[in-house]
Amino acid sequence: MAPLDGASQGFDAVAFVRAGEDAKHLDLAVENARCAACIAKIEDGVKRLPGVKSVRLNLSTGRVAVTFEGPDDTAVSIIRTLDQLGYPASPYTPEPGESPRDREEKRLLRALAVAGFASANVMLLSISVWAGEGEMDLATKTLMHWLSGLIALPAVAYAGWPFFESGGKSLKSGGVNMDVPISLAVLLACGLSIYETAMGHGAAYFDAAVMLLFFLLIGRWLDVRLRAKAGQAARDLAALQARVAHRIDADGAVKAVPAGEVKPGDLLLVPPGERVPADAEVIEGEGPVDASLVTGESAPQTLKPGSDAYSGMVNLSAPLTLRAKAASQDSLLAEIARLVEAGEQSRSRYVQYADRAARAYVPAVFAMSGLTLGGWLIFGAAPHDAVMNAIAVLIITCPCAMALVVPAVQVVACGRLYKHGVLVKSGDALERLALIRSVVFDKTGTLTEGRAKLANADQIDAESLEAAARLARASRHPLSRAVVEAAGDGPVADELSETGGGGLSGTVEGRSVRFGSAAFLSVNADGGDAAQEAWLQIGEEAPVRFVFEDALRADAAGTVAGLRDQGLPCELLSGDREGPVAHAAHALGLTTWRSGLKPQEKIAHIERMKADGEAPLMVGDGVNDAPALATAHVSVSLGSGAEISRSAADLVIQGDRLSSILEALRISREAKARVMENFALANIYNIIAVPLAVFGLVTPLVAAICMSASSIVVMLNALRLARS
Amino acid sequence: MTAILWLIPAALILGALGLAAFFWTTRSGQYDDLQGAAERILIDDDGPIVDEDETGER
Repeated sequence: MAPLDGASQGFDAVAFVRAGEDAKHLDLAVENARCAACIAKIEDGVKRLPGVKSVRLNLSTGRVAVTFEGPDDTAVSIIRTLDQLGYPASPYTPEPGESPRDREEKRLLRALAVAGFASANVMLLSISVWAGEGEMDLATKTLMHWLSGLIALPAVAYAGWPFFESGGKSLKSGGVNMDVPISLAVLLACGLSIYETAMGHGAAYFDAAVMLLFFLLIGRWLDVRLRAKAGQAARDLAALQARVAHRIDADGAVKAVPAGEVKPGDLLLVPPGERVPADAEVIEGEGPVDASLVTGESAPQTLKPGSDAYSGMVNLSAPLTLRAKAASQDSLLAEIARLVEAGEQSRSRYVQYADRAARAYVPAVFAMSGLTLGGWLIFGAAPHDAVMNAIAVLIITCPCAMALVVPAVQVVACGRLYKHGVLVKSGDALERLALIRSVVFDKTGTLTEGRAKLANADQIDAESLEAAARLARASRHPLSRAVVEAAGDGPVADELSETGGGGLSGTVEGRSVRFGSAAFLSVNADGGDAAQEAWLQIGEEAPVRFVFEDALRADAAGTVAGLRDQGLPCELLSGDREGPVAHAAHALGLTTWRSGLKPQEKIAHIERMKADGEAPLMVGDGVNDAPALATAHVSVSLGSGAEISRSAADLVIQGDRLSSILEALRISREAKARVMENFALANIYNIIAVPLAVFGLVTPLVAAICMSASSIVVMLNALRLARS
Repeated sequence: MTAILWLIPAALILGALGLAAFFWTTRSGQYDDLQGAAERILIDDDGPIVDEDETGER
């Protein structure tokens, strides 16, 4: 996907300047900002511009906030400056207020702080009670317990709310999740403690209740943070939308309007280098467009009067006049954003191990506690003792260890993958990765480098290459760029002209030179792929053939072979034409491949695979892959991929090393094994502790030790994953 | 024994102060750009000391 160049984007920026009370504000999203040097370069560079009052880069989000005085045009020079510094920037309108996700994250953080404060202070009191066991008189002990309750009860009410709310919701809809037993344990522990303290028996569990909430909130907060980043997908896509459209009014005047105002039937002018703002039909003009954003196809498409243009295509050479067929927000790119959102929702229906465990766990705990109550009553115990023992069973089965099982393993596994250059974006992605049965690859940019490369440079003499390069340096066409890449920088030909969909012609050292398609030069090209070759003719000499190809990544074959060794069938789904797809599939030994797929068709194919129980892993990089990435059972995107596909995928590979997929798969399977072991450990704890509680042998001290010990064992087992 | 009558409230007040300080930091956006804060410390900006030279007090 080719970024627009600064000049054409900078022009639009004026529309995004917001006038404040005493200064103007501009918000920009910058790419490539990574380190301290980037902060200094960006902030100093922009601050040096006349009129700029303040610049602040947020490195975590890649956003720059600028305030300045003077004309709105300053916005244009700000963007141009950033571009020259190597940080392509695009203006955006910040969302008013906080998003619900931000609010939830802050709410959890506050709950975490309250629970931490409460558990530290309650522990302070509890430890003095434990240490003074046998020496402390009952009055002091009761005072300590009342103080603990005074701290713990408001804290539980505040910090426990996320669990109560979620548990209540799942009960209301007839299901059970892990939050139900957690809420129950916390409420019972508090209720029993109040009762005991009031009766003066001298056993309180306030410390256990707040400590449990504190530990669980840490996990919950980390999880929400991971998800907040993943959920940015749809919002980031909006930044790709063509933001300004050039509308031709009834009197023939061209007027720049925000893309959102384009209505079906409007006449639009799209100059070279700009994006098509809405789905439209070509009325006038003919020329190539870069459709990689829409179809994933590497070769440019040629549009003629009558053909359809889709929003997001980049016009490469000749100006086009279009008639809009849909409003901007109904156009294809908006459609893709909606598909991504829908895919993400469908995936959240996946039931995590922890919730599945809760489904089995809750009825068992209730049954056990009911049996205890009944049993003690039958064998003639006083009702008070029977109730106390039944509650003790509920508390000792408190799902401390059970609730820690999954988050502990996930945090350790994600940390280890991070070291291998793999970012895991959603907590349950690893669980899903361990369960895949097949793998689906995109071609362009995923298995291949994603750009044309001159394949037969050794057959072309230096003079021809230089002549071609002098023409190509003035063109945006992908094949021209490949020639420039092979030849390096240098001078440009004179009298240069570009024929849309044909080629370039000009004068080099007094001789006329033409470079373009076989048809443009009237050469008889037999065989070969017309879209992946070009011809050069100097004067009246014999034409020279330039062959281009999109080379496979070095580790593509190894990765595909490695996956197949593990019994995972691999498939190739591409939006590209049949020829290059078949070629790539053959080179990798893939027998199943499909070409010319639209985003919707990719989704349909993946849905079908999911329905057949093939649990596909999707690997892709382009905007057109994003909905498929969001739909697949689990998905991987490359670090160099489009922002939207990185946001839609569960895992992002840094440095584009495909072999990391194998590593991620191995670690996810190991993590799954650890989770299962942890469930077993938590169950062993219950098997030992529950009978003791049923027979009324559990003192508060024993309960406290058991609960902490089981949590620690589970944590240690999870940590083993970091070493192997 | 009477010591705990003021020790416990003192501990609670100190803890509550810490909690209040934490709330203040979240509200004032100090966690919005953790990565940036970590990197900014590496920026060499030795500028501001110049003031003294300008006023000629040295």
